[in-house]
Amino acid sequence: MNRPVIPDFGRGSDCVRENRLFCGEWVRDNWEGVLLPRLVEHVELTLVAVAVGFAIAFAAAVAAHRLPRLETPFAFVAAFLYTIPSLALFQLLVPVTGLTVATVQVALVGYTLLVLFRNVLTGLQSVPPDALEAARGMGLTRRQTLWRVELPLALPALLAGVRIAVVTTVSLATVAAFVLPRGLGQPIFDALREYFTTKLIAAGVLAVLLAVAADALLVLAGRAVTPWTRARRPA
Amino acid sequence: MDAAEIEFREATKRYPGRREAAVDRLSLRVAPGEVCVLVGPSGAGKTTALKLVNRLVELDDGDVLVGGHSVRQLDATALRRGIGYVIQQAGLFPHLTVASNVATVPKLLGWKRSRIDARVRELLELVGLDPLAYGPLYPSQLSGGQRQRVGLARALAADPGVLLMDEPFGALDPITRARLQEEFLALQREVRKTVVFVTHDVDEATTLADRVAVLREGGSLAQHAPPDELLAAPADEFVARFLGADRGLKRLALRRLGDVELEPAELVRPGDPELPAATSLRDAVSAMLAGGRARCAVADAGAVRGSLSLERVAALLGRNGSR
Repeated sequence: MNRPVIPDFGRGSDCVRENRLFCGEWVRDNWEGVLLPRLVEHVELTLVAVAVGFAIAFAAAVAAHRLPRLETPFAFVAAFLYTIPSLALFQLLVPVTGLTVATVQVALVGYTLLVLFRNVLTGLQSVPPDALEAARGMGLTRRQTLWRVELPLALPALLAGVRIAVVTTVSLATVAAFVLPRGLGQPIFDALREYFTTKLIAAGVLAVLLAVAADALLVLAGRAVTPWTRARRPA
Repeated sequence: MDAAEIEFREATKRYPGRREAAVDRLSLRVAPGEVCVLVGPSGAGKTTALKLVNRLVELDDGDVLVGGHSVRQLDATALRRGIGYVIQQAGLFPHLTVASNVATVPKLLGWKRSRIDARVRELLELVGLDPLAYGPLYPSQLSGGQRQRVGLARALAADPGVLLMDEPFGALDPITRARLQEEFLALQREVRKTVVFVTHDVDEATTLADRVAVLREGGSLAQHAPPDELLAAPADEFVARFLGADRGLKRLALRRLGDVELEPAELVRPGDPELPAATSLRDAVSAMLAGGRARCAVADAGAVRGSLSLERVAALLGRNGSR
């Protein structure tokens, strides 16, 4: 070898050895061993974070809808969590929860709360007053009104919130590799250390594709569960 | 369910922070199967009085009895499920189809699926909507008048004995409004519910009511009487002013040519207008005045049955009740 290549990739094609911008064959060779497992982990991280975040934000939004004086403190806490820089938050959490998935999840969940809380609450508040009046007048209990009238009508806003939460979490979860070798962030961190652009680009593009695919899936699911929003007057 | 009597006994409601009562010692009896229309200027507590019946507003004093039972003693949810409720914007659930909207209360009551489906079909037909065409539509796909029909069908779904209607036709254009009023009367002849109906429109009140209850600011009852009696003999200055200077004409609107004793057809002169027997006296007078005539011919099924003069109309007004 007549020029220092750091690191030494050893085997591999010229493309990889010379660390050209992007080598398709590296992706092919490492799909099953490196990229796919990280992608699956990334999906897991995102799903758990959004699911837990949604459960918390949903409960908080329903409570704030019933008791409006809770809205401001809840929104304040969620906004506060949202403003903490993610790397700083990871660093702060490590002494408490260690280098574990809990650290990652606490942070990811924290970042979903603001948008989910806001959207669920906005959805609940946007229910037409005459529909609520009719519900009460027909003898629906508060619980029945919530589940049969308010929540279905809040669905469009709620789903819009979930879309934003999912896309931001997919993006943010790459930073989790700072704490834990998990998800698509890990190959990105490796690549940054190795100056290996193929890995960087492959993992980065996968994260973007994952976000786009998840968003598209949510749009389709949303359309399926809110048929009334697309009802047009018959000609 | 059989129509139930509704009785207000010194019913009183005060809202905190307001000196005047919203409803002040209101005593009023609505007989089973009767349409009672509450009218009055804004601030007269019409809607509040209506909501005392299904406890959307809670009484402070006095009582309201539905079918002989005090609403205070009844569970609010059960009470409301037994009372049809129609509001101005219809209040349909935007996320449910017309059929599901109508099925709301039967579902709450746990009816069987087949019974609900049959009832929904029956009711949509009753309010003049084809169940196959309209059942699967969403409220956003309906016109204002159609929404109100669905609202009425939904209120009637569990066959309540009592129907509360809070300005149900208030947001409709005049033509749709008149059509729905007529249809409501035809429907009421069929279903015979005890109806409490709120409006601020005197014409609507006198058209629909068996008895009109006029409320004044502060929520006290000014007069409770059948429309003709009310228009003929307002109890006081306030009622007279509220009914308007044209209350004589409004009274004429209550009767049709076919309802009154006619004069001989021979008195008709060439040029006198010929009107069908279903024409209201008000429209007949208007037609005579428009043509500069003092008499009109009354036709029924194409043949002239008799005639009516302006003089005769005046005599008719004078005959029953005057001040």
